[in-house]
Amino acid sequence: MTQWLAKNKSAAIIALVVLVVAYGFWAMSPDKATSMLRFAWTLSIPLVLGALTGVIGERSGIVNIGIEGQMLAAAFTGFFVAANTGNLWLGVLSGLLVGAVMGAFLAWIAVVFQVDQIILGVVMNIVATGVTSFYYVQGKVLPSAMPTFSIPLLSDLPLVGVFFQGGPIALLTLFTVLGTWYALFRTRWGLRTRAIGEYPTAADTAGIGVNKMRIINTTIAGLLAGAAGVFMSMEQTSSFARDMSAGKGFLALAIMIFGAWFPGRALAAALFFGLASAVASQLQADKVVDIPQQFVNLLPYVLTLLVLALAAGRVRAPASEGIPFVKGEGS
Amino acid sequence: MSERILDIVGLTKVYGSVRANEDITMHVDRGEIVALLGENGAGKSTLVKQIFGLGRPDAGTITINGDPAKIKDPTDASARGIGMVHQHFQLVPVMTVAENVILGHEPTKGLSLNLSAARALVTEISERHGLAVDPDATIEDLPVGTQQRVEIIKALSRQVDLLILDEPTAVLTPQETDELLAVMKELAAAGTSIVFITHKLREVLAVADRVYVLRRGKTVGEVRAADTDAAGLAQMMVGRSVVLQVDKADPQVGDEVLKVDDLHVLDDRKLPAVNGFTVAVRAGEIVGVAGVEGNGQRELVEAIAGMRRPVSGTVSLSGKDITTADPHATHAAGLGHIPEDREKHGLVSGYSIADNLVLNRFDEPEFTSGVMRDFGAIKENAANWIQVFDIRTPSGELPASSLSGGNKQKVVVAREMSAKPKLLLAAQPTRGVDVGSIEFIHRRIVEARDAGAAVLLVSAELDEILSLSDRIAVVHAGKVVAEMPAAGADRTKIGELMAGGHHEG
Amino acid sequence: MSNPKPATTAAPGNGALLATIIRGQSVIVPILALIVAFAIGAILIAGQGVNPISAYASLFHYAWFSSDGLQVTLLRTAGLALTGLAVAIPLKIGMFNIGAQGQFLVGAITAAFVGYQFGNLPGIPLILVALVGGIIGGAVWGWISGILKAKRNVHEVISTIMLNYVAAQLIDWLLNSYLKAPGQAIPQTPKIVDQAQIGNLGPFPVGFLIAIVLAAFSWWLLRRTVLGFQFGTVGANPEAARYAGVKLPRMYAAGMTLAGGMAGLSGGVQTLGETHYFEQSFAGSLGFDGVTVALLARGNPIGVVPAAFLLASLRAGAPGLQFDLGVQPEIVDLVLAITLLLVSIPILAKLLVRKGATAAPTPAPIEEELR
Repeated sequence: MTQWLAKNKSAAIIALVVLVVAYGFWAMSPDKATSMLRFAWTLSIPLVLGALTGVIGERSGIVNIGIEGQMLAAAFTGFFVAANTGNLWLGVLSGLLVGAVMGAFLAWIAVVFQVDQIILGVVMNIVATGVTSFYYVQGKVLPSAMPTFSIPLLSDLPLVGVFFQGGPIALLTLFTVLGTWYALFRTRWGLRTRAIGEYPTAADTAGIGVNKMRIINTTIAGLLAGAAGVFMSMEQTSSFARDMSAGKGFLALAIMIFGAWFPGRALAAALFFGLASAVASQLQADKVVDIPQQFVNLLPYVLTLLVLALAAGRVRAPASEGIPFVKGEGS
Repeated sequence: MSERILDIVGLTKVYGSVRANEDITMHVDRGEIVALLGENGAGKSTLVKQIFGLGRPDAGTITINGDPAKIKDPTDASARGIGMVHQHFQLVPVMTVAENVILGHEPTKGLSLNLSAARALVTEISERHGLAVDPDATIEDLPVGTQQRVEIIKALSRQVDLLILDEPTAVLTPQETDELLAVMKELAAAGTSIVFITHKLREVLAVADRVYVLRRGKTVGEVRAADTDAAGLAQMMVGRSVVLQVDKADPQVGDEVLKVDDLHVLDDRKLPAVNGFTVAVRAGEIVGVAGVEGNGQRELVEAIAGMRRPVSGTVSLSGKDITTADPHATHAAGLGHIPEDREKHGLVSGYSIADNLVLNRFDEPEFTSGVMRDFGAIKENAANWIQVFDIRTPSGELPASSLSGGNKQKVVVAREMSAKPKLLLAAQPTRGVDVGSIEFIHRRIVEARDAGAAVLLVSAELDEILSLSDRIAVVHAGKVVAEMPAAGADRTKIGELMAGGHHEG
Repeated sequence: MSNPKPATTAAPGNGALLATIIRGQSVIVPILALIVAFAIGAILIAGQGVNPISAYASLFHYAWFSSDGLQVTLLRTAGLALTGLAVAIPLKIGMFNIGAQGQFLVGAITAAFVGYQFGNLPGIPLILVALVGGIIGGAVWGWISGILKAKRNVHEVISTIMLNYVAAQLIDWLLNSYLKAPGQAIPQTPKIVDQAQIGNLGPFPVGFLIAIVLAAFSWWLLRRTVLGFQFGTVGANPEAARYAGVKLPRMYAAGMTLAGGMAGLSGGVQTLGETHYFEQSFAGSLGFDGVTVALLARGNPIGVVPAAFLLASLRAGAPGLQFDLGVQPEIVDLVLAITLLLVSIPILAKLLVRKGATAAPTPAPIEEELR
């Protein structure tokens, strides 16, 4: 902990300032502060999950532009399976599965046929749009709303309590971030994953099955994109609309980059954009200043471009992302 | 008497119509250092890759510790006590030393990686064998010599009986080389057998117990290092068929064409690679830059060609300053550049041979009409140079990827000659090329010089430098440490100078 | 060697892009893909209790033979072909432009703005100014991605995605403020003046003719000119291109500018030729359809025209399905998605090659393996 503090002084200071400001504001108007944070967190959840899908994939060397499509297809499947079978959990499960299957598909085709991963991802998005629009039926409803839970004690905390209450996916998101970080940076799996994304031939000569691991990882990551989709159609709202992912998959990619391929920083980035949005709409509602909502909306995109253009040296993508691994080359 | 670690009998490996290894028989005993000596393309790497499970022999057996079972893959090889340090290091640049060492056989504690065990492992091995390295350092921050130490530690961490080192000294400084040789001796004394590939005689004589000399895929000799000397080894290595002696007339030297003055250039890692390099080449002469690879030659060539911007100093071509010129401008100024890496820079493998023959001449009036390309002229040009350079292909319209290495290199050389350059910059012009093509390319380089071109030849092959050059500049640590006429130049003395020896004059 | 990097980084990255698309070489692959996709579509239609043959007949009848069906189809073809070119041209340089959407929007709104703001200009000059405005608008938007790649090595896929959203948000803001037509509930620009509208030349919409000319021009540019050779070299092997004296940054910027111009013109043509004002939703999925068109055409500018025509026919005919037979028009999206999937995954190409065994594998360069 002390070591972490020493290494991440500026992050710690920012976190402290944010906390002080947030609680200061909360002290002045607790309801408003809490509802703004809830608003921001709800916006962030699918973005965080989507960004984690990207982080795991790219850390393993597979670029996934198809997160948008995975989310959309999962939102669709989750909703309609639940609506048609009357079983919420079957819906959730099939949504997650669809995300995973699409991830597996992407990685498998990329590995076996060495098709350009970006093209594949784009194609996946188009396919997801086509399929979900065709099979879309109006007038279906979920058998019931998703249950919500509160974690005892933690959910009673002032302000940050909002992180510990809500539907199952919302509740699990925070732990998923933590788990992904731990898995990537503290476990054997993580070491190997980072190795195959950075320098696959080194991993190969160390006896690691690069391509197999890439497929498995992208599949697991697909579960998270699936969760993001299910969250959108079953937890955040209780309906599916055509093209409801509305670019959130791409925004998740932006957040992944903004978060420099680290789970924690991706969470921070998503929250930052969520909060910016919350603040702007609150200011507008209070008629304090009129910041056009569009400017807030485009903030993440512009900031991502700036990060990429200005901090190119400091923010570094996994070296071998998007490059097919062929045994025997490069050694 | 001694324990046999590796026994190879009648090994043959065929690629297409070429026998890369033919009927090779060799063995390694415990604690022995065995050198595989041979020229580029002699089949050394092919051989050791099969020992490490990267490729299977077409005939013959490899027996490890008495077990003749086939070696399935590198994992299998490691499990059976074989470790390999590749020529290109297999280290993840962004990870620490400890992480790299344990990759693939990680110690864990519950779910977590046990990094402190990893650190202890690295420290233990590095202390035991005198391989000083910080387990928490990030690989990409380490100098090449230290990275190699990490590679060795990595191999040793898996209980190796036999350690294979593929050209381990190619990228090392002389000091680093000496350190490595000391480590090798110490490892052997502790019971680890070592096979190492090299084409440097000095190293063989310094550490090896026995030497196998390979030539054109076959073992042409096995000898105890104590029973031979450099001359004997060289004769075996080269044989009688490949005498790289080029007949050439005395140079007709003209005006100064290339002038490099106090040039400083950084490498990819932003570290100084060229440190005050000065050389002049006149029309009609070949100046050879001799040196151990990695002493700034690549950066020097790229800086002269305009592919890398120097930090300071000047480069001029026929009096024109080209220090900061880009490749287009240096080409226009009369520079022909045979790049070191033809696959990466010299060719577009998917393009036709004809297009490759005008790769950097695409916008010259000869090959254009207005904004359009003149396909007639391009085709004619191809037909001509395919004939002149005896490039073996049925058609100039075929992609360059259909050619063999020697013919690819001929395409590059033909193209650079075709522009009639004032200065020919030839970097490793015969690397990975068959003997016939080597002789052909050498003759062409001499012809270019006789036609009045200035030639700067950069090569890691001292023989090539000696047989082609009129003058020799020996480079060490990015600067010229000695310059001499090629006539009567002493091989041994140049070798010492290349190694940073103190023969200043 | 000082920097241990996988040797694989040298070749793929960019070079793999076009090679991936044209693997299998022939035009048979997209045609076969279409047949398979239509067959799957037929099964789905049949599943809805509709005769698939009459469904397809009604679709193409609506697209080609209904009152102004062909007119609409050709107009759509123009827009799609131009955005298809906006994707196909950068492909040659090894760049994947998925920003045609944003470039289209910027071009369209610029053309619309000129079309109503400079209403005092006579017809031809006004049209020219508006179209050039569209080209410039799109070109600038494309150029940003190109220059980011050239100067800061920002991957064009990321920057074009980001810029798509930036364009959409900026335009949304403009439509709700400065460019909003008074008295309209939906945010949209005022209508362009009558003389700015472009109509037909003979039986063909002018936009369609422009698209044909530009497709031919693009083909000529890529295959016949010095610039095209430089584009191709950068796409095939950027390192070799640098060695050969090609100025990479300039190529990246030029390629994306050209692409943006094409997409911007697409926007201009649609505004002046079809809708006569601008509203955000007009773009639809045009940007991504451009990707479909370019991939169906296997990156070939000439192939872009038939690919665009096919796509336009499906899109223009889709409403007919619904009116006549009650089949959901989204079936078209599905058929296209399947087609795209089949052309981008070399399964079909592999089957073909194995059956025909036409493409003999190139002999392995022998000395390479010896080293």
